[in-house]
Amino acid sequence: MTGSRTTRILGSTLLLGAVLLFFLAFVATEPDTRIDAASGDTIGQFDAVRLMYVHVPSAIVAYTAFFVTAVGSVMVLLRRSVWWDIVAGASAEIGTVAAALTLITGSIWAKPIWNTFWRWDDVRLMTTLVLFMLSLGYLAVRRLEGTAEGRAVRSAVVGLLLIVNVIVVNRSVEWWASETLHQQSTIADVEIEDLTLFTFMYSIFFGVALYVWMLIHRFRVGWLERQFERFGLDDALAARRAEADDHPTVDAAIDSSGGNS
Amino acid sequence: MTHVGYLIAGWGSVVTISFAYGVSVIVRGRKLAEKVPEDRRRWMTTKDATEIGVS
Repeated sequence: MTGSRTTRILGSTLLLGAVLLFFLAFVATEPDTRIDAASGDTIGQFDAVRLMYVHVPSAIVAYTAFFVTAVGSVMVLLRRSVWWDIVAGASAEIGTVAAALTLITGSIWAKPIWNTFWRWDDVRLMTTLVLFMLSLGYLAVRRLEGTAEGRAVRSAVVGLLLIVNVIVVNRSVEWWASETLHQQSTIADVEIEDLTLFTFMYSIFFGVALYVWMLIHRFRVGWLERQFERFGLDDALAARRAEADDHPTVDAAIDSSGGNS
Repeated sequence: MTHVGYLIAGWGSVVTISFAYGVSVIVRGRKLAEKVPEDRRRWMTTKDATEIGVS
């Protein structure tokens, strides 16, 4: 059981928040349309822009999650902290899911807008793919055999690589602007209308709140895994002994009856 | 509305994957909680060593 009063309140609020997000994204906001000054044609992303309300939050959650993993990794290296080790692992798992969603929603958005699902020479797409694969590697390292300390230290080193890659992904559209179709940051763009901007910011807030809710649950699972790993065998043996005391074996019953049958 | 198929695919994948992941985490937690004594289930209420490798 990983739920608590706090997570139940947060979870219920998130459910209501999801309904509001759907309303804002599909009812309240307008599609992206503009009039081309030269030709007079209507241009823009049209309703495909509504994919941005899930694509950008997924990316922000992935960045946040890997940042937390990096902080946890530093704390593991400095203090050998179990708490931070579990936080780092939990956050990385959520970050991997978010990175996958970023790639999926980005590709789906790209097809109608860029006329292709994927471009292998696009620096933003490729660095994001590398980030996703690196996070899979991190999760694999966490599952390697070895002592708890060795495993934690090894994963902490890989965890630090994640944040380096996050910086590269985030800055790639500025550093190699000519090598990507991906647009640069437009959050502060004055051309975004008020309600669209509000929905955009709200979707990011919602995504981060969902991440916090998932992180609490995933941390508790990580804690239970550790407790089971450390004490599960002892507890299982103790339970077996208690069971044996309650139900003597056939041999013991024969012994107690003096061997007469 | 334009691009309906893309919207269903994009939003659908986010909702489905997020929901499935959330449920899997909760189910994993419930299964593990059954195997761990109550006094060790939560970090805040467990008298445990805080350093890795210390048992």
